[in-house]
Amino acid sequence: MSIEQLLPLVLLLPLIGGLINGVLGKRIPKVVAGSIATLAVALSFILSLTIFFQLDQAVEVNLFTMISFQDLTLNARLLADNLSIWMALIITGIGSLIHLFSMGYMSHDEGYRKFFTYLNLFIFSMLILVLGSNYFMLFFGWEGVGICSYLLIGFHYADEQKGFLNGMAARKAFIMNRVGDLGLLIGLFLLLNQFGTLEYAEIAAIATAEDFVRPEWMLFGITMCLFIGATGKSAQIPLFTWLPDAMAGPTPVSALIHAATMVTAGIFLTVRSNYLFEMAPATKDIMLYVGLATSVVAAFIALRQNDIKKVLAYSTVSQLGLLFVALGLGAYTAAMFHVTTHAFFKALLFLGSGSVIHAMSDEQDIRKMGGLKKFIPTTHLTFLIGTLAITGFPLLSGFFSKDEILGYAFADNVILYIVLMISVLMTAIYMFRLYFLTFHGEFRGTEEQRSHLHESPASMTIPLVVLAILSVLGGLLNLPGLFFHGPAHYMTHLFEHNVAGMNLIHTEHLPANTIMMLMVIAVISCLAVLVVSYNVYVKKQSLPKSDDQLVGWEKLSANKLYFDEIYNALFVKPIEWLSEKGYRFFEVVFLNGIVFGVAKGFETAGELVKKWESGRVNWYVLWMVFGIVGFIIYFLVKI
Amino acid sequence: MSTIEIIALVLGVLTIASALMVVLSMHPVRSVLYLIVTFFLISANYIMLNAQFLAIVNIVVYAGAIMVLFLFVLMLLNLSKDNEPRASSWMKLGASLAAGTLIIVLVAALKDAALLPGVEAVSGNTQGLVENLGQLLFTKYVLPFEVSSVLFIAAMVGAVLLSKKEKQIID
Amino acid sequence: MVLATMLESGVSLEFYVILATILFTIGVLGVLIRKNAIIILMSVELMLNAVNLLMVAFSTYHGAGDAQVFVFFIMVVAAAEATVGLSILVLLYRNRKTVDVGVFNKLKG
Repeated sequence: MSIEQLLPLVLLLPLIGGLINGVLGKRIPKVVAGSIATLAVALSFILSLTIFFQLDQAVEVNLFTMISFQDLTLNARLLADNLSIWMALIITGIGSLIHLFSMGYMSHDEGYRKFFTYLNLFIFSMLILVLGSNYFMLFFGWEGVGICSYLLIGFHYADEQKGFLNGMAARKAFIMNRVGDLGLLIGLFLLLNQFGTLEYAEIAAIATAEDFVRPEWMLFGITMCLFIGATGKSAQIPLFTWLPDAMAGPTPVSALIHAATMVTAGIFLTVRSNYLFEMAPATKDIMLYVGLATSVVAAFIALRQNDIKKVLAYSTVSQLGLLFVALGLGAYTAAMFHVTTHAFFKALLFLGSGSVIHAMSDEQDIRKMGGLKKFIPTTHLTFLIGTLAITGFPLLSGFFSKDEILGYAFADNVILYIVLMISVLMTAIYMFRLYFLTFHGEFRGTEEQRSHLHESPASMTIPLVVLAILSVLGGLLNLPGLFFHGPAHYMTHLFEHNVAGMNLIHTEHLPANTIMMLMVIAVISCLAVLVVSYNVYVKKQSLPKSDDQLVGWEKLSANKLYFDEIYNALFVKPIEWLSEKGYRFFEVVFLNGIVFGVAKGFETAGELVKKWESGRVNWYVLWMVFGIVGFIIYFLVKI
Repeated sequence: MSTIEIIALVLGVLTIASALMVVLSMHPVRSVLYLIVTFFLISANYIMLNAQFLAIVNIVVYAGAIMVLFLFVLMLLNLSKDNEPRASSWMKLGASLAAGTLIIVLVAALKDAALLPGVEAVSGNTQGLVENLGQLLFTKYVLPFEVSSVLFIAAMVGAVLLSKKEKQIID
Repeated sequence: MVLATMLESGVSLEFYVILATILFTIGVLGVLIRKNAIIILMSVELMLNAVNLLMVAFSTYHGAGDAQVFVFFIMVVAAAEATVGLSILVLLYRNRKTVDVGVFNKLKG
């Protein structure tokens, strides 16, 4: 089958799966529903793989034309080049693993089928986002994933204890995303104004042409607006507080949406528009600093979080900050590499935490865990691999991808490199803290929980194992050219081959000595943190303090640097006040006044007229006589 | 002024006076009697206008039959001056106003009616005589004449039905 | 027997117009002022007679007998109407023991 035929299928299979589950869900048994959903995504993955191996030059598949005006043409068109297919592989591959995991994790849930419907719809939207050939399709998918994220975060909205909080978290995510989406939309308008089209290929052709006159301010505006959109979706400062709150959703949701796919949409957008960003160095600088700040701040907050999922959430925010630093430096391929490896190990970590939570009967506080490695060995092993990968343990995937970004940072500015290293160190600290507190030491939970501790079923452990293998081997995708020249820089060549604009980006190659030195520094720092953490948490058995014992910086960290409180005071309260006042004035006084006033007017008029019906015959005749007199006068005057 | 004129004037004034008494008298029986007097005076007017047949019919039908009917009902109801209902002053004011404007307007409307051209007064005022009226009635207007008998039957049936005492429905 | 015509003796039509109008207005006055149903019915008869008078006057002054035939029919109708009206009045009296029209105000409001 040719690519033109396969590509729409890749897109449609999850949609069909979602529709089947949505319409027929209640009538088919749970296992069948879950299998349909998983199979749909898995088939999409296989088809994407087929396309990937067949792909040489970029292929466009036009589905239909949505709008065709004189100046505006919007097509539903799909683009298959290495970037979009790569993203599709990540989405469908990790997506199918997570579907498999959910079959086990959500097996006791009432809304099982609804869950899989939403998951499939999410995959569908995300695929539209990456496979679209123009910015409008991207925006469509962007909004679609926003909706699915809302639905999935607030999935347990009817829960007795936390249902309200779940709903609020979903709302917060949606509203914050919306703020970013406004930026994206304005960016789209500006793009249309400047280039007259939204198709990637056409814009790239215009922008990379030799004689293109650069409208500096317009390009700055466009790229800033696109970046604002990315800030919302990829949780950068100031729009990141929704991501930790989004952990209220079920764990597979956190793994899929908030680790591997949706949050990478911002990165994808930037890489897709690389030629635009290359022409706006100011935006790249802003991206760099915002990403840097986010990375450090989030890592700091994660140091003293005690909910296993919150630690991972802040870790995601921090890694996304790192990615934006990479983008700000122009290292697009390095960013995509880290996106890939991050997808592997972050999904692994989230699924692992899901397995832990499942074993602990829905307990999420690490202060109540400990010594779990005896009880849930497979989860323990895979979680360990994930932790090592994220901290950059030598030769695992995270090591290579982080090292590449650190290399670019060092080449740019040593101070930048140092600050980034601080963030990397903090990452290692909190991740090892998390790992040791959860799996080592004495069990600190209740007897009840201890009796229920058991390893997760195969449907949950198989994805963990697969992801662990990928986390280990993922580094092979874009090896630095230090040791081997053959398979090195696989991804770089891949993207330069047929993704617009990538072959025009020239980055400096560091001398081999510098690369070696950076590698050594990274290895030393990672191992050092590992040893120190082992000492603190295992040898000395140091436990996290309870909330009232925190001092100074710990308190700041544990309270998330009071971001939520600041936002509440700055934005939420004024808007609520404004809407209250608006309601009072407009609704109550104005509209109600008018509407009821009209009704009252009619009522009063009716009362007045009612007086005429006195029931007295004489009066009726009197008015009749007056009427006749009036008639006669009228005719007299006329004639 | 000639005799005719004086008689006509006197008759007119008397008619108006007695009509006023009909309306303004507080005793219902007296009102009825004044109305009978009014009918007689109107018949006299008819005779002045040489409508002989109508004058007699007026007396026989109106004063003779209808007024007697009124008197019967009046006796049945046994009304007297004491329980005569009175109108409110507002009503009286409004009524006077209405009546006044009505007179003015009607007179204004009709005063030029006499100037209609065309029909000359025939010599000899003979159309009111019985033969001539009868001629007209049985040739040109025979259909309404016959239909009016149907009207009478309807009125009779209606009157009888309405006045029957109803059986008590409530147990 | 032919009596002298009114035209020759100088009584104009306006005289009868005014007379009939005044009689009619008195009838209207009666309907408006009086609250006894019988008096109201009698005032209606008065109005009808005023109209009769006017029509006869016109008939004389224009020499056509058609108006007198019409007067004849008006009398027919008046008779029928008086009959039925009085029987309704009797029914009303039986119902409420009074003929005051102010009492029959159920259509009020």
